[in-house]
Amino acid sequence: MDPESSRLLPALCAVLADPRLPEPDDTCLEKLLDWFRSLAAAGPSLRLLQEHPCLVELLRRSAEGPEPSRPVFAFSLRLAGVLSAQESCFHLLQAKLLPLLFGEQGAPGREAWMAPTVRSAWIQGLHSLAQHPGALGFLADLGAVDRLLTLQGDPSLFVVTAAGQLLVHVLGLALHNCGPPCGPPLDPQWPLLASSLLAQLEEALQPASTPQLLQALGVLTNAFTSCPAPWAPALWGRLRPAMTCLLEGQPLQAPHALGDLLLAVARSPEVVVDLGPWEMLALVLGRLEPSQGGQLALGVLQLPECPQALRAQAFGVLLQPLTCVLSTSTDAPGLQELPPSAVGGSASLDLLLASRSACVGLLCCALARLALLPPLPWRPSPWPQAFLLGAVVAVLRSCNGHVPISAAGGRLCAALVGCERVQRAALDLLGALAQDAGPPELVLEVCGVLLEHVDSPDSSPTVLKKAFQASLTWLPHADKKPHPCGLQVPAQLFLPELLQVLRKRLCSPSWEVRDSGLEFLTQAASLWAGQADFRQMLQASEVPPLARQLLRDPESYVRASAVIAVGQLSSGGLWAHPGDQQGSPLEGLLDMLDTDPDAFPRRAILQVLTAWLRDTHGPLAAHPEPLLARAFQAAGRDPDWEVRARGLELAREFLVQTLGRIGVPCPYVPTPLLDTPPADTQALHPACRTRLFEFVFPALFDYDRPVARAACELLLLLRAQTTTCATPPQAGDTPDPATVEAALHCWRTGEAGRPLGELVPQAVLAVLQALDLDDLRGTLADGSDHAEKSPLSLLQDMLAAAGAQGHNQVDCY
Amino acid sequence: MKLYCLSGHPTLPCNVLKFKSTTIMLDCGLDMTSTLNFLPLPLVQSPRLSNLPGWSLKDGSAFLDKELKECSGHVFVDSVPEFCLPETELIDLSTVDVILISNYHCMMALPYITEHTGFTGTVYATEPTVQIGRLLMEELVNFIERVPKAQSASLWKNKDIQRLLPSPLKDAVEVSTWRRCYSMQEVNSALSKIQLVGYSQKIELFGAVQVTPLSSGYALGSSNWIIQSHYEKVSYVSGSSLLTTHPQPMDQASLKNSDVLLLTGLTQIPTANPDGMVGEFCSNLALTVRNGGNVLVPCYPSGVIYDLLECLYQYIDSAGLSNIPFYFISPVANSSLEFSQIFAEWLCHNKQSKVYLPEPPFPHAELIQTNKLKHYPSIHGDFSNDFKQPCVVFTGHPSLRFGDVVHFMELWGKSSLNTVIFTEPDFSYLEALAPYQPLAMKCIYCPIDTRLNFIQVSKLLKEVQPLHVVCPEQYTQPPPTQSHRMDLMVDCQPPAMSYRRAEVLALPFKRRYEKIEIMPELADSLVPMEIKPGISLATVSAVLHTKDNKHILQPPPRPVQPTSGKKRKQRATDDIPDCKVLKPLLSGSIPVEQFVQTLEKHGFSDIKVEDTAKGHIVLLQEAETLIQIEEDSTHIICDNDEMLRVRLRDLVLKFLQKF
Repeated sequence: MDPESSRLLPALCAVLADPRLPEPDDTCLEKLLDWFRSLAAAGPSLRLLQEHPCLVELLRRSAEGPEPSRPVFAFSLRLAGVLSAQESCFHLLQAKLLPLLFGEQGAPGREAWMAPTVRSAWIQGLHSLAQHPGALGFLADLGAVDRLLTLQGDPSLFVVTAAGQLLVHVLGLALHNCGPPCGPPLDPQWPLLASSLLAQLEEALQPASTPQLLQALGVLTNAFTSCPAPWAPALWGRLRPAMTCLLEGQPLQAPHALGDLLLAVARSPEVVVDLGPWEMLALVLGRLEPSQGGQLALGVLQLPECPQALRAQAFGVLLQPLTCVLSTSTDAPGLQELPPSAVGGSASLDLLLASRSACVGLLCCALARLALLPPLPWRPSPWPQAFLLGAVVAVLRSCNGHVPISAAGGRLCAALVGCERVQRAALDLLGALAQDAGPPELVLEVCGVLLEHVDSPDSSPTVLKKAFQASLTWLPHADKKPHPCGLQVPAQLFLPELLQVLRKRLCSPSWEVRDSGLEFLTQAASLWAGQADFRQMLQASEVPPLARQLLRDPESYVRASAVIAVGQLSSGGLWAHPGDQQGSPLEGLLDMLDTDPDAFPRRAILQVLTAWLRDTHGPLAAHPEPLLARAFQAAGRDPDWEVRARGLELAREFLVQTLGRIGVPCPYVPTPLLDTPPADTQALHPACRTRLFEFVFPALFDYDRPVARAACELLLLLRAQTTTCATPPQAGDTPDPATVEAALHCWRTGEAGRPLGELVPQAVLAVLQALDLDDLRGTLADGSDHAEKSPLSLLQDMLAAAGAQGHNQVDCY
Repeated sequence: MKLYCLSGHPTLPCNVLKFKSTTIMLDCGLDMTSTLNFLPLPLVQSPRLSNLPGWSLKDGSAFLDKELKECSGHVFVDSVPEFCLPETELIDLSTVDVILISNYHCMMALPYITEHTGFTGTVYATEPTVQIGRLLMEELVNFIERVPKAQSASLWKNKDIQRLLPSPLKDAVEVSTWRRCYSMQEVNSALSKIQLVGYSQKIELFGAVQVTPLSSGYALGSSNWIIQSHYEKVSYVSGSSLLTTHPQPMDQASLKNSDVLLLTGLTQIPTANPDGMVGEFCSNLALTVRNGGNVLVPCYPSGVIYDLLECLYQYIDSAGLSNIPFYFISPVANSSLEFSQIFAEWLCHNKQSKVYLPEPPFPHAELIQTNKLKHYPSIHGDFSNDFKQPCVVFTGHPSLRFGDVVHFMELWGKSSLNTVIFTEPDFSYLEALAPYQPLAMKCIYCPIDTRLNFIQVSKLLKEVQPLHVVCPEQYTQPPPTQSHRMDLMVDCQPPAMSYRRAEVLALPFKRRYEKIEIMPELADSLVPMEIKPGISLATVSAVLHTKDNKHILQPPPRPVQPTSGKKRKQRATDDIPDCKVLKPLLSGSIPVEQFVQTLEKHGFSDIKVEDTAKGHIVLLQEAETLIQIEEDSTHIICDNDEMLRVRLRDLVLKFLQKF
């Protein structure tokens, strides 16, 4: 603690302890506690207490004195907890103060206990305190477990949650402290506190006591995730009978909480396999309605190790809504691949079609959960790819109003038609399913339905975006030979048709649609620029010139996306269309950098330029200097700080390329560059020619801190490079210190003068040496509000607030 | 109440409602789809059309080859186009008292009704409806009259011959009633019978019913109508829209509490969302023009074109189309563009507020000012001098059978660079294109129909809760091409009653009350008696006077004292109602137990009470008398003892109130 804060602390404690003064601000108390927490973490709390007896006095007055204000009392409870987290300090306070604060005659016995903040602070204080074995005895003496169990029924949700967390913590600590279990593995000797807590929780696991049951299940679920590994099997062994009894109850109580507990048990790797909760999970899954069991089924499927039968059962639950969808269709591919539990029958169908909202909700959940499975290494096997593709295609067709002719199909269609939520979820799943292909005819159907969605004028911008994303993932699969039977969308036509639709979408009056189209184009170009077929088709389409036209779009987001797309097309060499007379778009982009009124496109341009610079074969490969000079000049006077920051990235990239080994090796830099010989002043010539330093030096004094920091980092790296490797400057080459100082003054104040004239390498090095970059870095590292955020400032504020209040009272009097 | 359904076209309705002695025609739409069976009328001599081969029957007989021509496998009538009129035989149209017009598209058959059926009534419509309706009629007459065709085909209409023709001619209905277009004179005469009305204006029809137009949100001046008497309310919903386009928004609240809601004029393309279609329109337009092609938009001179021009106004700069000329060609183009700017009170709030700035409500004014949009009465004259390609042309008629559009179809049809974009939903675009096949130009179908769709109807009906819904039969089942789409039909409880052409529907509607006014002096003379808290009764003797469907109770004339002569006395008794003193009216009920106690007090003994299904019987055994007390009657039955009866009667009366 700094001396000034030390000096102020007694006064502040006195202010806090004085009940006559108005209550301090909650936020201030919270900040104060954070400060003490950091002090306790940094050193022994005992010393803190010894050096600042005012703290003990504050706690004593809170514990013994007349009723303090509730915020101060709550603060004292939490502070006592924070300080007592260290055993030495705990022993100091335990004798008298802690029982007075936390015991019967303390917080629980006071009127302030009525306030949820005080109850919450009591729990938090104990939670902070319960870090060592000594605390366990204290908690036992206090009867804290009983009280915490009571607080599980508290009207305040915060109190309930905190109480639950503390119970879990206490159980974990008790088990942790007593080491590995002794005695029979399934019936070991339990520590007393843990045993009494578990006994009470077991008692709550009765089918009749619903609120307590829910809370007990919640505590036990968390307990399994935090209890020491060797104790997990014993804990499960102890709970098993109560759980079995609970599962026999009719109707099944708290099924979701029960499922969560069983999943937590199953996730615990120490639970012996033959003792695993598998049967119980199967039982719960079987007793849940399909509409309720989805979350549990997903949890089961996410378990890496799980019996095959249970996995199949859970998978069936997730698949059931889709089975219903496919049952309305005349053509249901892949039904034979399904687990028996997936086939629901007419009751499930009726349930699905009960109402529009129920149908949409159930399908969305099922689709979203299924979309999480494909990436899992232990996903269900055999994986019913054909069935899933068929079902998703059927769902998407229903959303577009096309269904097979059946009464149930008609009802399903009426529920789903135009439903954006379902479309989004189905397209996500379709995208996730693209990691496998599937039967060729189904792949073609997928391509067809994707085209339908990309093309449909009724697709909302979000749906369109998702359809584009899914198309990207499916494009590689569409590269198969067409199936002999007459299919709607021959696979080899998918990309050309997609490009046709994209052409139309790029002309859409909706900017979101144009933007999504450009994003798709960028991604497609980055993925397949190297493929001859793709190049040919893209160049044959009118898409590249359209993208270029969108550089003049009235919407700034679209212009920014067009810049990125054009950048990608250029680096991929996709402009080389014989009919394209416009040449490289580089000039156009630099003009835009000067003239575009919005920041997004300008930021995008610098991003593209940086990418081009990294690419040794990109549009900037030949004669980049004049173009970069324009870019640095434009970035330097740009009003948007992010544009300036991106300009600095470009500058750094250029320096990397010209100086070679500068900075952290960049993954994009070709390795030969890293082996270039050390830089000398000659190496700075290209940078000087591009007037890079006229941009970077003033940026050091930028009003926007991120820009100044980036410039500082860049120059620090440059300095490190030049001071170690560069040849010493020759006398007479370097400018005199006064001129350098004048130049720095100009940059600092933003004046237009150039005392150093055109910056030559020697002048750059002189400026670098004249600058105290390390000090500047330190200054810039502090936030602009670092002074206001300091503990001293906090103490002063709190004291001033209390004092000001006093003055006001006197004035009023 | 009866509904006579004269048109089978759900969006071009013509119904007659008989309600409380009034006969009201609701709209008179003209089904112009019949013109699709005819060859186009080219403005400029078209060698292709004039050299089409004549059609001959299977047996080789070629007597129809002058009337029917074959083009790409389709057969067309080579004659002046004819229209399918509403039914004129189902009801004597001269008895129609008034015609209520909903919007300018639904009045195109007006001259046929007002000029050729003996109609003598009044037509009610809003001012924009009349003005724009006039423009549509003028354009139609102009399109047809400026290409005079000597030939008028009638042989093919013979029923025996029609049977032998290929579809769709074979299946055309009521071809004998098809008529050629009316003349401008008939249009003027018909329009002179229109009386202008404003939204929410109440119009009394013969004192029997009141009709009120309400904003329907579909087009400039478009209305729904409320037809109501004191105790009954019929709502007529025709061509309404809930979308935010240029007209004033739809007034839904006034449709509440209707006994019957007649629902017509829903969207013809329920699967096409207008917003999406506008997007398609713009995208395809831009794509074509960028490739150096021309865009042809067959359209009406008013309505959706205003919204399209507004969208294009915002779009053309962003799409880099600022240098592309937009042409609007119609004999009424100028009037239509100008009229739209002056009907401020009929526009949506945003556009109304522009007028106060002052700015023109529609941005097409600026397009015209900046020369981006140019309008011409026809392709002849100035247009041929200014014409530059690539360009975008808006012109009529959407059927592609007459108007300047025929010329552009012939001119641009051969190049695949050009595109025709269909935005009007009234005609099947494939049928419209049939006489131009084979066609190289691209065809895009972007029907923009802003009228209510079935989801909106369902919400509307839930909101306004009519007792009964009546609608064309097409709305009570999914469209034939999408029979599985149960969502594409009117879904309400009780199920909607449906009608079809030439059907008469008795509406499920009983009149129960009639309002009668009481003259103040008669009301003064009434002496109400409170028989229950809050309920008072009074007897009234009066003369009921009925005139113009208004009923008034007047005081009875005072009995004239006989002065002299038998004759006068005789007359007085004839004229004056019987005014002799009436027995007082009784009310109340008799509590049996108290009545028995009263009887006992008055010396009756040996009283027995029996309960019956309807009340009680009090038996005075000694007096051999029986008192039958029922809910609405009391009988005293005793043998020839009038004194006893009167005594008992008086005892009964003690328990009842008299007035």
